[in-house]
Formats: sequence, structure tokens, C-alpha cells
Amino acid sequence: MRIYDHPILGGLREKRKVSIEVDGEIIEAYEGEPIAAALLAAGIRTFRHTLRENKPRGLFCAIGRCTDCVMTVDGIPNIRTCVTPVREGMRVETQVGLGKWRRI
Amino acid sequence: MDAELSVIGSGPAGLSAAIESAKYGVRVELIDENILPGGQLFKQIHKFFGSKKHYAGVRGYDIGWRLLREAEDAKVNIRLNTTVWGIFQSSNNRIGLFDQQRVFFSKPKRLVIATGATENPLSFPGSTLPGVMGAGAVQTMMNIHRVLPGRRVLMVGAGNVGLIVSYQLLQAGAEVAAVVEAMPKIGGYLVHALKLMRTGVPILTSHTVLEARGDKEVESAVIASLDKDCRIVKGSEKELDVDLVCLAVGLKPDAELCRMLGCGFTYVPFLGGRVPIHNEDMETTIPGVYVAGDVSGVEEASVAMEEGRLAGISVAESLGYISEGEAEKEKDEIKERLRDFRIGPFGSPRQEGKDKILTEYKRWFSNEGKRDS
Repeated sequence: MRIYDHPILGGLREKRKVSIEVDGEIIEAYEGEPIAAALLAAGIRTFRHTLRENKPRGLFCAIGRCTDCVMTVDGIPNIRTCVTPVREGMRVETQVGLGKWRRI
Repeated sequence: MDAELSVIGSGPAGLSAAIESAKYGVRVELIDENILPGGQLFKQIHKFFGSKKHYAGVRGYDIGWRLLREAEDAKVNIRLNTTVWGIFQSSNNRIGLFDQQRVFFSKPKRLVIATGATENPLSFPGSTLPGVMGAGAVQTMMNIHRVLPGRRVLMVGAGNVGLIVSYQLLQAGAEVAAVVEAMPKIGGYLVHALKLMRTGVPILTSHTVLEARGDKEVESAVIASLDKDCRIVKGSEKELDVDLVCLAVGLKPDAELCRMLGCGFTYVPFLGGRVPIHNEDMETTIPGVYVAGDVSGVEEASVAMEEGRLAGISVAESLGYISEGEAEKEKDEIKERLRDFRIGPFGSPRQEGKDKILTEYKRWFSNEGKRDS
């Protein structure tokens, strides 16, 4: 959910929009924001599943420390989505376990 | 040409250290792995308080902008998107860097490690579900990226972070179902607690979170009250309809680089656990390596800025850019401001912690060969 109005920070300034693909679906994001922010704004909170027990994981620390939010981005697994900015046409996939390396 | 001083981390402490030393002529390089400088300052949308000298009445992000302008004026070279992945004591504290393109090395004469702190997790059934987040993480998402990670929130912890972030959640349009605090009293400043209480948010002391429930993501949370021995009171369990559980249960210093270097450590629970031993000028047990801010013991941004300045002046002095007499005068003023900050019921345990670190520093050099115990 985007915060459009804020009593301290004011209205949300319009930024350039880009489109990214998340598990085959196209979502809109603001240029330069972290992938994790774009996903939360689109209502997506589960970013990966664990290797052994297939448990869901999402964003935890949001500053690149905990690695709970990693996903496969443009074919490269284990990308920290909280500190990686979106780019037009980026392909983001829910990661299972350690993910699979794939040529782009 | 290599910088004379590398400052690692561009939060309030790192920025202040870089600005201060650069003012005296030190060639400084400020390194940060993030794409923007400022550390956690830009998500602090509340007004700081204390005295004028401590930026009272100024919001965190405005302090951030001021520091960035000062850094520019002082010609600090800021290197962003660059990770320090190693420090090598055996080769005169050479540092290994990666700027997303290439791996390279730098050999500064002095180092200031200002890497801050990490939020503590808390383990309970369901604590790994999407929708359980650090309170600081939620703050980053809502105040910097303008995205709300949940609509109805349980806050765990009534220290300053828990109280401030709860209020900021309300400002961002979320509902706060309750703040639970395991201790019998509120840990943070009363001014923050009162702001929250005026809005009707219950702050439940002697309460904790037992469980986060939900198939795939948080759908509710169970809380319960605790007796005076911190045992769960049977029958007091309550299920709250929330989709976000925020953990504000303290921070611990991000001191991996100090560990890598072999700095001495000591245990000070009130400052976040194991902290690098340092002297009054913020120098660690390894000569030429300084710490400042939360990495040297978790306190607040105002303290981090003063410690950064202290480290910056000490570096300038050690490199001969400022005379001992002049440096002493400057440092004494900062030390006095730090003492002002560490008085009263919230401050004095921190002063005791810092005093312990200083005692350990003296012991370290009177008892050579003693390692991290």
C-alpha cells in the first residue's frame, strides 16, 4: 500500500514509473525504489520459500543485513531485494531454497 | 592517491567523523555500501530533543541534509555503493572493497569504523512468517519508500524505537492494535509514550507476544501477560487481529569489521552486547583504528554525531593537522556534551557502560596478550 498523503512528509511526489515482471505478472514500480518496496506496494509479501521445509519468508530488516528477502532477479538468485533498485523490464521470481542460476 | 582516512559507514557518526577531520585538512574517503548516504537519519521524521546543542526540535532528515551539505563543503569524497568486505591487520589495516564492478584495495593511514547496529530478532512460533518485521525496517519502508507493510500492527517493545515507530505508523495511516512490553514499565522517553497514549493506543507493560499466526503470512498474533518473574500468566492469552508484527527489541553493534581486525571486545548489555573496546578518543585496541556511533555501543543519533566528531578530531591530531593543545580544547567540549547526554535514569547506565569500556581499554594495555574474553 502506497502512502500518498503524510502529515509530516507531505504528498507523494510523482516519480517515473517502470514496469517489472514478478512471477510472470507485470507490476508498476517507481524508478529507483528497492524491489521490496515495489512488491509491498503491489501487496506481495512472500518473497521466497525455504530449502528444507518450504516455509514462506519475506522482508525482515530492510537494510541489507539479514538476507531474508532474497529473490531471483534476472536469472540471478539470492539478490537482496531491499537494497536493489528496480529497473525497467526487470524479471523478479519467488526463490525456492538457494535458487537456480540461469543464463539471462 | 589513497585517502589518509577511510571512514566506513555514512550514518550520523561516519558523516560527522569525515566532516570534522576533513575540516582540518585530512584527505578523507567516506565509504558506504548503500546507494544513498545518511544511514538511518533520513527515516527519522520525528523531532530530536534534548538541548539546542543536540539538535533539539530538528527532524532527523533535516539533520541528515545539514550533514550532507557540510560534507560537501568540507570536500569529503563519498564513495557509495561500495562494500568493505575485509580489513587486514597484517598489512597495516589495508581494506578490501567492492564497488559492484571490481574488487580493489585501499591503504589508509587511519580508519574510522562507523557501521552502526542491526535490529535484534525475537524467536517465537510464527516469527519467520512474512509480516513479522523489524520496527526499523518498517520505518525504512514507510518513511523513505512511502510503502506501508501492513494495516493493523502489533508493536513488540516499548523502548524509544517501539514508541516512535508506533506513532509514525499512525501518521502513515496504519492502525496500532497494541504495544506490548515485557518489562513492568515503559522503556522509552515519556514524551514519546504520551504522544501515543493520547491517540488511545494501549501500551501493555508486563506483556509479550507468544505467537504469530497465519498460513502463509501474518493474520493474527497472540499476546499474554507476564508475572513478576517474567512467566506467562495462564489464561491471559489474547488473539489480536493484526497483519503486521513489528519487533522493537533492541539493537546490537554491527562490529564484524572490528572482529575481523582482532579488536578487543567487552560485554556491556546496556549498550547492545559485545562492543569493541575503545578509549576516550574512540580509538580501539588497534592503534589507528577508531569506532564511532552505534558500533561502539548502541545509543542515539545525537551521541553518534558527537562520537564521530571526537574520532575525526583525534584522527586529525594523530596525523599532525591540529596541535595537541587545540585538539584537547575541542575534544573536551565534545566530551562535556557527551556527559550531558549520559545523565539521568536513561543516560547514566550508558555512562557506566562507557566507563567500563574505558577501564577495559586501560587493562588491555597493562596486560598485553590478553584476548577477547
